[in-house]
Amino acid sequence: MMWKWLHPYANPKTSYHFAGKILPWCTRLAVIFLTIGVTWALLFAPADYQQGDTFRIFYLHVPAAMLSMGIYLGMAIAALSSLVWQLKLADASAAAMAPIGAAFTFIALVTGAAWGKPMWGTWWIWDARLTSELILLFLYLGVIALHNAFEDKSLAGKAAGILALVGVINLPIIKYSVEWWNTLHQGATVSKLGQPSMSADMFWPFLVCFIGFACFVTALICLRFRTEVLNRNSMRPWVRELVANEGKTHAV
Amino acid sequence: MNPRRKKRLTIVASIIIGLGVVAGLVLYALSQNIDLFYKPSEIYNGKEDSGLKAIDGQRLRIGGLVVPGSVHRDSDSLKVSFKLTDMRMPISFSDTDPTVTVSYDGILPDLFREGQGIVANGILVNGNMIEASEVLAKHDENYMPKELADDVGEKHVKPSYSQAQLESTN
Repeated sequence: MMWKWLHPYANPKTSYHFAGKILPWCTRLAVIFLTIGVTWALLFAPADYQQGDTFRIFYLHVPAAMLSMGIYLGMAIAALSSLVWQLKLADASAAAMAPIGAAFTFIALVTGAAWGKPMWGTWWIWDARLTSELILLFLYLGVIALHNAFEDKSLAGKAAGILALVGVINLPIIKYSVEWWNTLHQGATVSKLGQPSMSADMFWPFLVCFIGFACFVTALICLRFRTEVLNRNSMRPWVRELVANEGKTHAV
Repeated sequence: MNPRRKKRLTIVASIIIGLGVVAGLVLYALSQNIDLFYKPSEIYNGKEDSGLKAIDGQRLRIGGLVVPGSVHRDSDSLKVSFKLTDMRMPISFSDTDPTVTVSYDGILPDLFREGQGIVANGILVNGNMIEASEVLAKHDENYMPKELADDVGEKHVKPSYSQAQLESTN
């Protein structure tokens, strides 16, 4: 079977150590890319001809918004494999992703409002893009709440998973809201086929920032995933052994 | 795939497809309410999909491009009026386009310019005039540095106010 190589990772211990191995690499990449990207974007990229320096919020707002949707898709795929194949670890990873996704959705909304006030003239407007992104935040909060609503983790995972899957319908609505309806929010600048609607010396720092944020998100997910796995397997011998060893090396 | 997994997958897939269809139908039914604004041509002909026309006295939002040369500013107050026409890409204007006149008393957003997209919220009067209580600038998806904008001949002058105009606000 083509999925056979995945089978060892259904074991919590293997997955825990695998996440532990990629965590430092993602952290390093995130630090490198974000340092270069943010410096380049904030200090060296040219100011926009109409918006001046205010446009630089783009370098935080757009990666945050794209990742808020990307993380949701990842969480929904995890929820699907948990519901259909009953992988306990998929539940743990979905639970690990939800708060990170919620945080990035919140960042996208707040930075958008901060840009909207000087540029549009309003913090908030109930247009299709802004409203559907707000609904995404509520979906994340619902998923987080359901994960914590039951003592039984597999029951909680099932309830949260169903909500996460139903919420997937919102993703194409967010993406295409600016094309399907009249909105105040502008259309896609970078996340579309063909040439991005910005000059190259503005686009490259965006790409570096985006890769940096993506690595940062991966690192955060690994970190939270490891915690979830330990939490859910705290009675297993391998976790107890791990804790005992940890106690020895860090004993004062 | 074993039968139990297959069954679960079928159930999950059919729930999602079913809800997707429901969401699609609801959004389709509500599309005229989700649209943030009327276009100037829709004030004359009614909404593109439903043919629904706005009536005098109705509060609505109107979105369009500010017709170059149509902006009239009162010299000693913030009162301003301008004409709007349908947005289209690439931006072009012709005398035969339907236009709607917007009058407004207040400070315009930084991005307000002739030829710029704006969204105004106000009351329709006389069939094709809007008394706006709020004017918002609609930015497009294009970003470029000033040098490049100068090369392609983009205008980028902010609205400026004289002392007398600013003092008229209380």
